[in-house]
Amino acid sequence: MILIHCPYCDEQRPEIEFAYAGQAHIARPANPDSYSDEEWERFLFFRANPRGRHHERWRHTHGCGRFFNAVRDTVTDKFETTYKAGEPRK
Amino acid sequence: MSGYRLPAGGRVDRSKPVTFRFDGKTYQGFAGDTLASALLANGVTLFGRSFKYHRPRGVLAAGNEEPNALVSIHRGPGRFTPNLRATNVELHDGLNASSQNRWPSLKTDFGAINDRLGMFFPAGFYNKTFMWPRSFWERLYEPAIRKMAGLGDAPTENDPDTYTATYAHCDLLIVGAGPAGLDAALEASGTGKRVILIDEQDEAGGGALADPALWPWLERSMKALNAAAKVTILTRTTAFGYYHDNFIGAVERLTDHLPENSDGPREKLWRIRAGEVLLAQGAIERPLVFDGNDTPGVMLSSAAKTFANRYGVAVGKSLALMAVHDSGWHDVFALKKAGIAIAAIIDARTDVDGDLKAEAAALGISVHLDHSVIGVSGRHQVNSIEICANNGNARRTIPCDALLMAGGWTPSVHLWSHSKGSLKWRDDLGAYVPDQANENCRSIGACAGDWDFGKGAVFDVLPTLRDQARIKAFVDFQNDVTAKDINLAVREGFRSIEHIKRYTTNGMATDQGKTSNLNGLQIASTALAKAVPDIGLTTFRPPYTPQTFGALAGHAKGALFQATRTTNIDGWAEENGAVFELVAQWRRARYFPQPGEDMHAAVNRECRAVRGGVGIFDASTLGKIEVVGPDAAEFLNRMYTNPWKALEPGRCRYGLLLKEDGFITDDGVSARLAPDRFHLTTTTGGAARVLNMMEDYLQTEWPDLNVWLTSTTEQYAVIALQGPNARKLLEPLVQGIDLSPEAFPHMTVREGLICGVPTRLFRVSFTGELGFEINVPTAYGRALWERLMADGADYGITPYGTEAMHVLRAEKGFIIVGQDTDGTVTPYDAGLDWAVGKKKPDFVGRRSLARPDIVAAGRKQLVGLLTEDPNMVLEEGAQIVADPKQPVPMTMIGHVTSSYWSETLGRSIAIGLVANGHAIMGETIYVPMPDGVIRATVTSMVFYDPEGARLHV
Ligand SMILES: [Zn+2]
Repeated sequence: MILIHCPYCDEQRPEIEFAYAGQAHIARPANPDSYSDEEWERFLFFRANPRGRHHERWRHTHGCGRFFNAVRDTVTDKFETTYKAGEPRK
Repeated sequence: MSGYRLPAGGRVDRSKPVTFRFDGKTYQGFAGDTLASALLANGVTLFGRSFKYHRPRGVLAAGNEEPNALVSIHRGPGRFTPNLRATNVELHDGLNASSQNRWPSLKTDFGAINDRLGMFFPAGFYNKTFMWPRSFWERLYEPAIRKMAGLGDAPTENDPDTYTATYAHCDLLIVGAGPAGLDAALEASGTGKRVILIDEQDEAGGGALADPALWPWLERSMKALNAAAKVTILTRTTAFGYYHDNFIGAVERLTDHLPENSDGPREKLWRIRAGEVLLAQGAIERPLVFDGNDTPGVMLSSAAKTFANRYGVAVGKSLALMAVHDSGWHDVFALKKAGIAIAAIIDARTDVDGDLKAEAAALGISVHLDHSVIGVSGRHQVNSIEICANNGNARRTIPCDALLMAGGWTPSVHLWSHSKGSLKWRDDLGAYVPDQANENCRSIGACAGDWDFGKGAVFDVLPTLRDQARIKAFVDFQNDVTAKDINLAVREGFRSIEHIKRYTTNGMATDQGKTSNLNGLQIASTALAKAVPDIGLTTFRPPYTPQTFGALAGHAKGALFQATRTTNIDGWAEENGAVFELVAQWRRARYFPQPGEDMHAAVNRECRAVRGGVGIFDASTLGKIEVVGPDAAEFLNRMYTNPWKALEPGRCRYGLLLKEDGFITDDGVSARLAPDRFHLTTTTGGAARVLNMMEDYLQTEWPDLNVWLTSTTEQYAVIALQGPNARKLLEPLVQGIDLSPEAFPHMTVREGLICGVPTRLFRVSFTGELGFEINVPTAYGRALWERLMADGADYGITPYGTEAMHVLRAEKGFIIVGQDTDGTVTPYDAGLDWAVGKKKPDFVGRRSLARPDIVAAGRKQLVGLLTEDPNMVLEEGAQIVADPKQPVPMTMIGHVTSSYWSETLGRSIAIGLVANGHAIMGETIYVPMPDGVIRATVTSMVFYDPEGARLHV
C-alpha cells in the first residue's frame, strides 16, 4: 500500500485515505462557448497515458478533503512529488 | 513405533506421544513432529499422487518448498483445509489428515492409468487436443479433466472459523529467524529500534534447528531477544507479500497447531509498515533432474538431514546420495554419524575437495565420482538405483531405500522480487541473487547467496545412457512437468521463459516453482543455446505460500462485510413488519405488508392511501448538502442547469446536475433558506459523489468563490407526509409556520417548530399530492413519526415504502436518476428542457449540450409506454423494437426503464428510453418476450393529473 504525502496535512498517509482524481493541470476553460467542437472534445475526453512521469490529481478524501497535484511514475508507481492545487506544474 | 525413529536426538519431545490419523489409519508421533516427520518415522513413504500422471509421490523436502506431500486436514464440519504441505503441518493429538488426488485409495489409484499413457500428455497437450469442437470442451473434456486432474477438493461448507487482523509499525522488520535473521535482531535489539522478527515455523532458528551444534547458541539468542524490550517475535507467521513503501502482509496461524482449535480466531493478518526490511529467508536446495527422480524416497539431501537432526527420524535404512554440490557430502556425514547407513555417494563432478574424500573414506562410505544416477527402481519406495559413469561405462545397481539429491542452492528471493528489487545472475552459484533494492530493504545470509554450504557445479539434466525422450525426469513435481516438456516447448518455437513457463506450466503450481524454476531455466538455456540471464526470469508474485481466504477477508464477512446505514425510523419499520431493501448502503422499508398481503396488495393499498388520505414515508436517506457563503448562489448557478441567483429565500427549486459531458448525473429539490444559505438534496445513492464533484469544482476551478459545503445527510430525519389530508394532520403540530396555501405554497420552505422541535419544513411532493417533507434533527425522527402515526389515525394515515413511492412518482412521470437514466441521457433526452436555464452563460455541462452527437437526430428519449393490454406489466430492462417481424437479431430501439401496476389508474404504466421517442408519440412499439410480442403505445410520461391540480391545494 503506497504512502502518499498530502501537501496540506504535510504528512505521509496510506493510500486508502486518498482517492484518485484524474490527470492534473486540465483547467476548465473560462468561456467554454469559445471552444470549437474539436477543442471541447479534446478537453472532455483526451487524456495522457504516459509510460513514466504522470501529472495527476488526488484527493485526501478521508483526511483534510483537499484536492492536490502529484507526479507519479506509472512504471514504478513511485510518487516523485505532491503539491498544492494552483501551484505551477512540477 | 517403527524402526525409522532414531534412538536419540532431535527436538521432538519423546515424553509426549501424539496420536493422529492419516487416510483413516491411526499413527503415533511426538510433540514437535510435523505430519511428514511422524509419517516417515512410521515408515510411510507414499504421501500422495501427482497432478497429471497420478504417479506415487513421497516427501521431497522438509519445509514449505515441498511440492509433493500435499494433504487435506479435517477439523470438523466446515473446517476443512486442502493442499497443506505435510512438512508444515504441526502434529497434535487428534490431527486428522488425508492424502489427495487419488481414487479409490492412495495405493490403488485408478487415475494412475494416466502415467501409463504418459507419452500422450506432452506440454500443451490440453491446448492441442481439446480444441474442437467447442461444445465437447464444455460438456465432455473439461468435466472429465477436472475430475482427474486437480489438487485437493474445494471445501463445500461455509467456514465457521473467525479470523482477525491488525496493523503494526516498526523501525526494522526482519523476515526469517534463521542464523542470519537472529544475528541481525540481536544487533538491533540494543539500539532502541522497534524490531519485529517474523518466522513461519513453530520456533525460531531456521537452518540452526537442523544443526545440534548451534542449539546452545540458539537458546542464548532467544533468551536475549525475548528479554529485549522493543523486539516482537512472531513465529508461525508467514510474510506472504511485500508491497509498496515497505508494507508487508503476514499471516499468523493461531490455533491450527492446538488439539482444541475451534475457539478464538484461527489466523491473524498482520499489515506491517516497516522503516527498514531485512530479508533473511534463506535458500532452498535444488533437486536434480534424472529418470525416476520423483520416486518416493528420492528427496533433498538437506531434508534428510533435517528429518534426522531436528525430528530424530531416518528417511531410510540405507541412503545413497546423488550430489553435484559439497553440501550433500556434509549432510550424509552427519547422517552417518547419527547412525544411518550410507550406501554410496555418487557425484557427477569429476573431482571434489580432498577433505570430503578423506572424510568419506574415514567413515567407510563408498564414493563414485564422475557418475550419475540413471534409473530408480521401486514404485512406492526406492529399492535400488542404477548408476553409471558419465562416460557411459561402469553401469551398476546399488540397493538403497532412499536417494538424496544435492543439486545446489537457490536463494529465496521471493519477497525481494515482490518489492521490485532487481536480481543479478551468479554463474558460480547457478542462481539469481538480489542486486539493486527498490525499497529500504536488504537481503542477508543465504537468500543473498552468502552461505557456507560449500561449492558445487550446475547441471541441467544429469548425463544418462537412455533416450532423453523416453525418460521421466521431473522438473516441476507439483505440475508434473518433465525436462522433455521444456525441450519440446523450445522445439516448438517458444523462446521467452515467460512463454515456456505458461506452455509447460513449469513453476505455475501452488509452490510457484520453489524447487523447479532454476532447473527449468537451465534446461531451457541449454536447449536454446543461450546463457540463463539472456532468456529472462519469471516473476514471483504474492503470496509466497498459499494463504486462506479467511485470513485475507478477516472480519469483513457476513454482517461486517459492508456497513448497513439505517435511519432513526428504521426500528419502527422493523417492529411494524416492513420488508426492507438495500439502496446504496441504506436499508430502506420497501413496503409494509399487513397480514395476508403480498407485495402487490400492500403496494396497491399504500398507493390508494396516499392518493385518497395521507401516507407517511421515511425519506431520511435523501442526500443533503448545506451550501453556505456569500457566493453560494453563484456557485449553485454554475453547478446546476437551473438559474439560482434570483431564487428568493423561502423558495425551493428542482435542480438538475450534469457532468461536464452533458449527461444527467443527479437531481433533487433544494431550498434557499437565506441569501447565503441553501439546503440541497441529492439522490440517496448520489450524495457522496455529488459532494465530491462540488468540492472538486469549488477547490480547483473556482477557488475564488467564498462557499462552504457540508454533508448534512445524517443530521436530519426526513418524514414525507403526502396526500390530501397532509395539511390537516400537520397543522395542529406546527408552531410559527402558517400552513395555508397562500402563505405556504407548493415548492416553498419554512423554518419553525413541530411538536416543539426545530424543523425545516418543505412543501414539496414526489407523489403528485399535497405534500410536506419534514426535516427535524435526526434524534427526533422516530418520536415525530410515532406522533404523526397516532394523530393521523383519524385521517387514515398509512406508512408506505420505496415500492409505492416508485409507483406514485412514475404515475407523475418523475424520473429516478440511475434508473430511468444511465449516464447517456441529456436533459433534452429526459424531457427536462424546462429545467435548463436558457439565459445562463455557463454551467457544468452546458457546452456539451451543443456537441454534434447530442444535437443529432435519433437519440434515445424518455417517453411513457402504455401496453395495449392494460393488465400486462412490462418487464423492466425489456428491449423495444419497431418491427417485431424482422429476423433475429432484431434492431433494438430502446428499453423499458420503469414499469409498474398503477392502482390509481387501474392499468399498467411504463417509462422507456426509445430512439426518437418524442417524435413518435401515439405510435406503436413492440416488446418481444419469450411468450410473445407485447404491443405498447408511446405516450407522455405524465400519466396522472397532468395539470398538477392536486398539488396546488
Ligand atoms: Zn490532507
